[in-house]
Amino acid sequence: MSAVSQTAVPAKRESSRAWRKLKANRSSVAGFIIIIFFVALAALAPVLPIPDPVATSWSAIRKAPSAAHWLGTDDLGRDILSRMIWGAQASLMAGVFSVAIAVAIGVPFGILAGYFGGWVDLIISRITEALLAMPFLIMAIALAAFLGPSLTNAMIAIGLSAMPIFVRLTRGQVLAVKQEDFVEGARSVGLGHLDIMLRYILPNVTAPIIVQATLTVATAIIAEASLSFLGLGQQPPAASWGSMLNVAKNFLTQAPWMAMWPGIAIFLVVIGFNLLGDGLRDALDPREN
Amino acid sequence: MTAEPILSVRNLTTAFRVDGEWKPVVRNVSFDIRPGETLAIVGESGSGKSVTSLSIMRLLAKDASRIEGQVLLNGRDLLSLSEKEMRAVRGNEVSMIFQEPMTSLNPIFTIGRQISEVLTRHKGMSATDARAETIRMLEKVRIPNAASRFDEYPHQFSGGMRQRVMIAMALASRPKLLIADEPTTALDVTIQGQILDLIKTLQEEEGMSVLFITHDMGVVAEIADRTVVMFRGDAVESGATEQIFHRGQHPYTRALLSAVPRLGSMEGQAVPLRFPIVDTVTGITTEPQPSRTMLERDAPILKVENLVTRFPVRSGLFSRQTGSIHAVENVSFDLKQGETLALVGESGCGKSTTGRSVMRLIEPTSGDIQLDGQNVRELGSSQLQRMRKSIQMIFQDPFSSLNPRMSVGQAIAEPFLKHGMGNAVQAKQKTADLLERVGLSASMMSRYPHEFSGGQRQRIAIARALSLDPKVIVADESVSALDVSIKAQVCNLLLDLQEQLDLAFLFISHDMAVVERVSHRVAVMYLGEIVEIGPRAAVFENPQHPYTRKLMSAVPVPDPSRRGIRRGLMEDELKSPVRPMGYQPPRREYREVSAGHIVQVA
Repeated sequence: MSAVSQTAVPAKRESSRAWRKLKANRSSVAGFIIIIFFVALAALAPVLPIPDPVATSWSAIRKAPSAAHWLGTDDLGRDILSRMIWGAQASLMAGVFSVAIAVAIGVPFGILAGYFGGWVDLIISRITEALLAMPFLIMAIALAAFLGPSLTNAMIAIGLSAMPIFVRLTRGQVLAVKQEDFVEGARSVGLGHLDIMLRYILPNVTAPIIVQATLTVATAIIAEASLSFLGLGQQPPAASWGSMLNVAKNFLTQAPWMAMWPGIAIFLVVIGFNLLGDGLRDALDPREN
Repeated sequence: MTAEPILSVRNLTTAFRVDGEWKPVVRNVSFDIRPGETLAIVGESGSGKSVTSLSIMRLLAKDASRIEGQVLLNGRDLLSLSEKEMRAVRGNEVSMIFQEPMTSLNPIFTIGRQISEVLTRHKGMSATDARAETIRMLEKVRIPNAASRFDEYPHQFSGGMRQRVMIAMALASRPKLLIADEPTTALDVTIQGQILDLIKTLQEEEGMSVLFITHDMGVVAEIADRTVVMFRGDAVESGATEQIFHRGQHPYTRALLSAVPRLGSMEGQAVPLRFPIVDTVTGITTEPQPSRTMLERDAPILKVENLVTRFPVRSGLFSRQTGSIHAVENVSFDLKQGETLALVGESGCGKSTTGRSVMRLIEPTSGDIQLDGQNVRELGSSQLQRMRKSIQMIFQDPFSSLNPRMSVGQAIAEPFLKHGMGNAVQAKQKTADLLERVGLSASMMSRYPHEFSGGQRQRIAIARALSLDPKVIVADESVSALDVSIKAQVCNLLLDLQEQLDLAFLFISHDMAVVERVSHRVAVMYLGEIVEIGPRAAVFENPQHPYTRKLMSAVPVPDPSRRGIRRGLMEDELKSPVRPMGYQPPRREYREVSAGHIVQVA
């Protein structure tokens, strides 16, 4: 009971300080706005006055942007704007959730391997290396095929495939931080392993993990595209940016807009996550002012 | 006094660009160096002494720095030269040696190649001539078997030998001026003595001038003809070294000198003595107070018997154990409440491993450790965590001993809360109390470590160690990384705390002069063993073991009248404590010199 109130007070002050710093950083606010914009689009898709994203039209195949179809139409005459907005949901989820899975599994294993060393490290690192030896996409495809075709399974497959990088990255960082005197200092005041890992190691290894995570979001969005192209991700006719890109590559010369819009959207989302990630990294570090 | 100066620095002002603004870090510094003369620039961190030397060599980043004034080398202004002309000056007319011998040589080239490169590049020698000359240089800096070591790589040399290589490289082009930037700071004291002797000898042989940059007044007294004292970017005083030491005018000079621990200054003193503190502005000196701890206690709080700690050395494909590092061999001592026992020795002698083994931060191989009535080696993990309440540690490097992600208040309160010694309100009260006690303010609680200076951080680390009301504190080189004036203050603080809280200190240090000042008893360690232990006065005034004597004679004495004295130290290196498998350490015999003063005889 008392332990909760004791740690809660400084933690709250810490988070509000980080939040203030995040708000003061212009580029991270820009990143935040970009992400909010796409999240809002995805969330509002059902209520926005846009055409049905799966309604095909033989009379409007591969039409350039016009007043009727602001962003043009695709090879089946479907409205690209509408598919972009509906697809935002799948793509954002594929990006965010799969990275969340990768971080949630990879970071703890990385910390365990780096902190304890010895046979713990040996087992975790050898398995990680074995996984890293497989190309990312091949592994994601294999896993997705094994789990069965659906967007959820695709996210799990992508997350698991991206996980080894986080194990490696975290382990390396932990090995460096572990050398610092304050870790031995924590042991010498009688703190247990869990306390040391959570309060001394983890906060000091987050910076590169955040950067890697924001970059992996982009990889995950693209990977989802590849999976849906193989029929393992978002199931047609439902849209995702990746699957739209995949179809569009066949018509690059005849209908460049088909590739352009989802490309721009992925680009913006990745930029958004990157800016936010950089800001987050600085805001969480008390040394940055 | 009549000769034309080799180097004449006039109104040197160096500014760095910080956030778009020019901040001067060296202001209006002027000095001359005459042929064959040694000039020392002495100052603490941030005084601008290194920036001065880098400005002379124009080694600062061009876009971020601005150098004004004149640097005349034989009448030629270096600041007006083109970068190409400057390259012909560096390493040719002026050479430089740096602090860190471990990183200033390129690890992938042989040392012979690195030295002969200077000769082929600057002097246009042929490869065979350069090789012969290089071997001559290596002999000159007293590297044994110079010819056979020509083709060896830097990692095959020890720190002291590498610094010799650096000097050989610097001297290869026969420079008129050698700039030595803290060349002995990273070295052990006996090696430092050798290198200082070497620089003096070479200077006589070659007749070059030396600009010697250091923070160590003892080194200054030994080597410099004239001295410039720098303080926060200004040269506050300059003159002949004797004059600076005996008739220093500026309050800062006096403060710096009074803070320097002098070996032998404690003769006739029975108990540790605080350092006098001189105000750097007014020059008013406080009289040093002796420590008043009570030592008439019978039972020791910490008793260590036959402690052995070894680390396996593994090699080969299957990392089979091929030997052991005998870091601590058969070490025994005890420590009473209110007492300071110093463990002194050079790097690799096992003094830090002893401290960590006593706390079981490292598992000892064998031996018996009694702390406050408990057998430390038999404690289970939860008992061990409780045991840590009675024994705490203060580390050397105040920049890595605090978690940068934790506010100072959290860091100090954490052990108190984790051990359930009170609730959050009490923890806060305790933290405020401790911060005041170590000379900081309670209002600093919410700040983070990076907002503090090195000395302040060390105070914070001390406050944290005290939060569990420990009985024993292991201070592992706790004042070694601090500037001399801060070092004096922190030592005084430790003595204050010992008096108030009846603390026992295991004071681990390589610095004989500090040890003499603060400790009640001293144990000298060499290759993992205690070779001499006894009351401070007995060990320092009547050293018996040859290693103790060697260690003491190597300490630079801040007294310019002793300048020119050569120590005649052997050109040997520190031995390694790595032993093959199955090695049996010899049985040692000890002799009692006087009450409690025990020396290893064989």
